[in-house]
Amino acid sequence: MKRREFIKLALATTAAGTAATRASACPVSSRATGDLGVIVERASGSILIIESTGRTVLDRIEGLGDLSHASVVFSRNERFAYIFGRDGGLTKVDLINAVINRRVVQAGNSIGGAISDDGRLVAVANYEPGGVKLFDSASLAEVGEIAAEFGRDQRSKTVGIADAPGRRFLFSLYDGGEIWLVDCGMSGPPKVTKFGGVGSLPYDGLITRDGRYYLAGLFGEDGLVCLDLWADQPAPRRILAGYGKGEEKLPVYKMPHLRGWAQAGDRFLLPAVGRHEVLVVQAETFQEIGRVAVHGQPVFVMARPDGRHAWVNFAHPKNDVVQVIDSRSLAIQRELRPGPAVLHMEFTGRGHEVWLSVRDADRVDVYDTRTFAKLAELPARKPSGIFFTCRAHRTGF
Amino acid sequence: MVVLAGLLAFGTSAWALEEQREKELTNLVRQDCGSCHGMTLKGGLGRSLARERISQFDDDTLVAIILGGVPGTPMPPWRGLITDEEVRWIVGRLKTGFPE
Ligand code: HEC
Repeated sequence: MKRREFIKLALATTAAGTAATRASACPVSSRATGDLGVIVERASGSILIIESTGRTVLDRIEGLGDLSHASVVFSRNERFAYIFGRDGGLTKVDLINAVINRRVVQAGNSIGGAISDDGRLVAVANYEPGGVKLFDSASLAEVGEIAAEFGRDQRSKTVGIADAPGRRFLFSLYDGGEIWLVDCGMSGPPKVTKFGGVGSLPYDGLITRDGRYYLAGLFGEDGLVCLDLWADQPAPRRILAGYGKGEEKLPVYKMPHLRGWAQAGDRFLLPAVGRHEVLVVQAETFQEIGRVAVHGQPVFVMARPDGRHAWVNFAHPKNDVVQVIDSRSLAIQRELRPGPAVLHMEFTGRGHEVWLSVRDADRVDVYDTRTFAKLAELPARKPSGIFFTCRAHRTGF
Repeated sequence: MVVLAGLLAFGTSAWALEEQREKELTNLVRQDCGSCHGMTLKGGLGRSLARERISQFDDDTLVAIILGGVPGTPMPPWRGLITDEEVRWIVGRLKTGFPE
């Protein structure tokens, strides 16, 4: 049913005759996947499969469990989406046929995942039981587990999982204050290198798009931890350590996402924690070179793929606004008011358009990133994350 | 039955919020508290707010935690965004089964 509908949609633009013969000769449509994407509908445990050329919804897939804070990675061929649910569900969706290909519930409570650079391993970071599990990306068979043990028989929630070049993954121990580097090699059990004492309550992590730096945000103190993976002996280094000291912090109503760091040429733009500011730091030195006063507590600071602009969304109660920062002049280039609860922003591959989920309006809006004109509105149920297949070819996405 | 339990939990301060505000608060708890406690409230970075767990605490403790936050952890103070009365409503609902 679903499948047939999808094929119908996918072939709607080709001539009716060819469509009919193709559909009967071969159940797989001729659709390519480079302009497809997934929108998470968190409240209803469903996703939408969309295509970003005609800006249409192709299908809805239900039954994916608790999708709050869900994230998505893609197979190298951009045909399969792996969806990480809050309830430990890991679902592999076939975007061409619009069906669930495989699904496992691999933990009680999980926070996100990553896919290895060769596309063969999917790793999931879990809160409960604390640790990381590894899966074969084809079969979703479990191929390894790394328990996040620290101190005296304690087990930590794990956060900030990221893929690094060379079949490696990094993640942080929220309760343990450690960063672990897992090298999956091509044979034998994964090798784990532990970096201890990195700071209190790391709450998220990211890897820069060149795969060089892994950064973890600390909730319990000022500053961030940085691991340079190009160093002969990577060692955690504190960066931006003095930030916020001696000033009264504003409360944070939503955990900021580090994944929302924007790399804009030779600088990074990142959300400050507990402050209505975006920080600007020099890429190599991580020296702060500026701050941008913004509308509220920033959640995501997302670089348009060319890096010239960064788009910022905000935490409750100021989450109806989006601001665009010029990464050169650091001026607020534009302020938009898309609607209640803008949760996420996703750029098309080369950044000509951006898609915004406006959760409380049950809508996804598409904007032109140069004119800022709204190009389309798509209905979606309480949409949160938006993920385009072009992520398949980017480190850290 | 559930309604009755809810009223008992409120004790003498039984009152009703505007229906519209109840909807907003339900949404706030599911979505915004949910971003740390899980949308099903079964836990995330913050622990579970499920009825079985939350019922171990008395109302005043919970109201104080929600309004004041837990310093040194990500749990923020909600004072200023929600009133005492509204927090009591949330606590009552958490204890009797939170609406969808
Ligand atoms: C930014 C993340 C975050 C948000 C948003 C948040 N909490 Fe929390 N909350 C936490 C954390 C973390 C703890 C655990 C603190 C600790 O370790 O003792 C907590 C603890 C609590 C507790 C104490 C329960 C216990 O097990 O100790 C209650 C009650 C609570 N939160 C209710 C709420 C409510 C209601 C909201 C929404 C109005 C909310 N929280 C929003 C992070 C959050």
